[in-house]
Amino acid sequence: MTALRAGWKRNGIPWLIVGPFAIVLAFPFYWMVVTTFKTNADQYRLDQTPFWPHKWTTENITNLFENTPYLTWVGNTVLIGLVVVVITLVLALPAGYALARLSGKWGQTMGVGIFLVYLVPPTLLFLPLSRVISDLGLTDSIASLMLVYPSFTVPFSTWLLMGFFKTIPPELEDAALVDGASRLKTLTKIVFPISLPGILTVVIFSFSLVVNEFIYAITFISTSHHRTISAGVPTDLIRGDLVFWGSIMAATLIPAIPLALLYNLFLDKFIAGFTGGAFR
Amino acid sequence: MEARAVAGRVPRARGRYLLESRRFLAGALIAPAVLFIVLLVGIPLGLAVYLAFTDATSGSLSGSWVGFQNFVDEWHNEIFRRSLWNTALFTVASQTIVLLGAGILAHALVRDFRGKWFLRFLILLPWAAPIALGTIAFQWILDPTFSILNYTLVHTHLLGPFCDITNIQNCSATSPPNWVGDPTLAKLSIIAVHSWRILPFATVIFIAGIASIPREVDDAAAVDGATGLKKFWYVSLPLQLPIAIVALLFGIVFTATDMAVAYVLTHGGPFNSTQMVPTWAFTTGIESGRLGAGAAISLYMLPVLGLVAVGMLIAAKRAEVA
Repeated sequence: MTALRAGWKRNGIPWLIVGPFAIVLAFPFYWMVVTTFKTNADQYRLDQTPFWPHKWTTENITNLFENTPYLTWVGNTVLIGLVVVVITLVLALPAGYALARLSGKWGQTMGVGIFLVYLVPPTLLFLPLSRVISDLGLTDSIASLMLVYPSFTVPFSTWLLMGFFKTIPPELEDAALVDGASRLKTLTKIVFPISLPGILTVVIFSFSLVVNEFIYAITFISTSHHRTISAGVPTDLIRGDLVFWGSIMAATLIPAIPLALLYNLFLDKFIAGFTGGAFR
Repeated sequence: MEARAVAGRVPRARGRYLLESRRFLAGALIAPAVLFIVLLVGIPLGLAVYLAFTDATSGSLSGSWVGFQNFVDEWHNEIFRRSLWNTALFTVASQTIVLLGAGILAHALVRDFRGKWFLRFLILLPWAAPIALGTIAFQWILDPTFSILNYTLVHTHLLGPFCDITNIQNCSATSPPNWVGDPTLAKLSIIAVHSWRILPFATVIFIAGIASIPREVDDAAAVDGATGLKKFWYVSLPLQLPIAIVALLFGIVFTATDMAVAYVLTHGGPFNSTQMVPTWAFTTGIESGRLGAGAAISLYMLPVLGLVAVGMLIAAKRAEVA
């Protein structure tokens, strides 16, 4: 009896508190799923319970892939994401390491400085950058986004990586240095392999920042076939009087689900990097 | 004898080697990132300031110097003033909701219980989904005719009381309101979407803050007889404060500078009633092609961001001390 009550207190009360929040926060996703699998006619029927599909269909998904440039947008987004992640790692890995280890007091100030750059929002930069992009002749090309996106992924990733590197004991590197390895060799053979989980976290969060980006994507790109998912779905899929909500909801779910799973997998690492070494 | 001599020599040699390579290596490793940031953030920021003092348009390559004209014009523009007010309103309202919600959620989620990973997954969903796409889901949930929210309100008989309390026009127990078509409801909707989006992020940071409090502090508090609210107010809260401030400052920046939610959900409408500084800068600078005026509009956000940055530094300092 007491065990049962203890179990209820332990498991039941958190569910009572968190449950309502979870329902409110997750409902839009439930509704996306339902809308995705409803027939188009059923979306607009008010005489039957709308909370689940009465007739399941995949026509919305096939319509999305066959009659819209959605696959091109997915391809653009993935391609931009990969290029940006590579640029980000090339710049942020060495910088994050140097700030964590090599540069003392001066480096600490610099680390906070780089972090503050992350707070300079695209809303402040999109107008001058649109001018720069047109001067470079990159208007309406996905190359423009590959060039500009590292401006927020690099500060953010440098900051996170600095946090990760601080959690690795310096003794490990000292041992390698004593054994005659060079600093650079220590870096590539010891530090980076141990930091792999941290680096993977940075890859995932940089990639998701790219998928999320909206304002540059709609400012620099004007041709439908050059758009990313985030810009293409709201601008080119929703237009006119004929809106296929089922297809639109499928278009939003497809990137959201894998991203959500990855976020969950790497969340603890993210927190560790974000708060652990970063402010200490 | 020989061994001791060697042992004495090696550390000194290594120390000199480190001292020499360190400075150079540090500079060489940081320089590319700094250079990139200066090129893509520093220079555009300077260019934004320059543009704000000219009458540049997207058609002509360079405008002529107009001094503070853009800033003065916008300050007297009613839509800009409303944008400024809305930005403040949306930010303060959503961050209040987020702080309260995240506080409650984090305290429940920091303990271990059955099915925690599942609830955590559900709670994190809004933050993981691209915001422009998440906002589209709300567009459908708040659809003028087929809103699932209105359907629920009507069928649970909550719509009548809701309309009475909020005093919305064209809203009664049988005629549901148009969420994105009514100025008041459109504002509420934007605040709701922003809160929905930031709450998971703030919760995650709060959990980290609570988890970082050492066990001994709990024990010490128990020995001193601090319990419940007293313990929360005098022990737990001050210790979590630096990290909570970080979450809040991030929330402020994400909300105040985000364009996607207002742009996708209401496009600043109806009649510019939900225009924010970012959407108004976009409308002016890109859609109307008045680059100079648009740059001036977004520069009005700089003082606020400066304050946030200072707050961030203070929070970082406090975290260092704690």
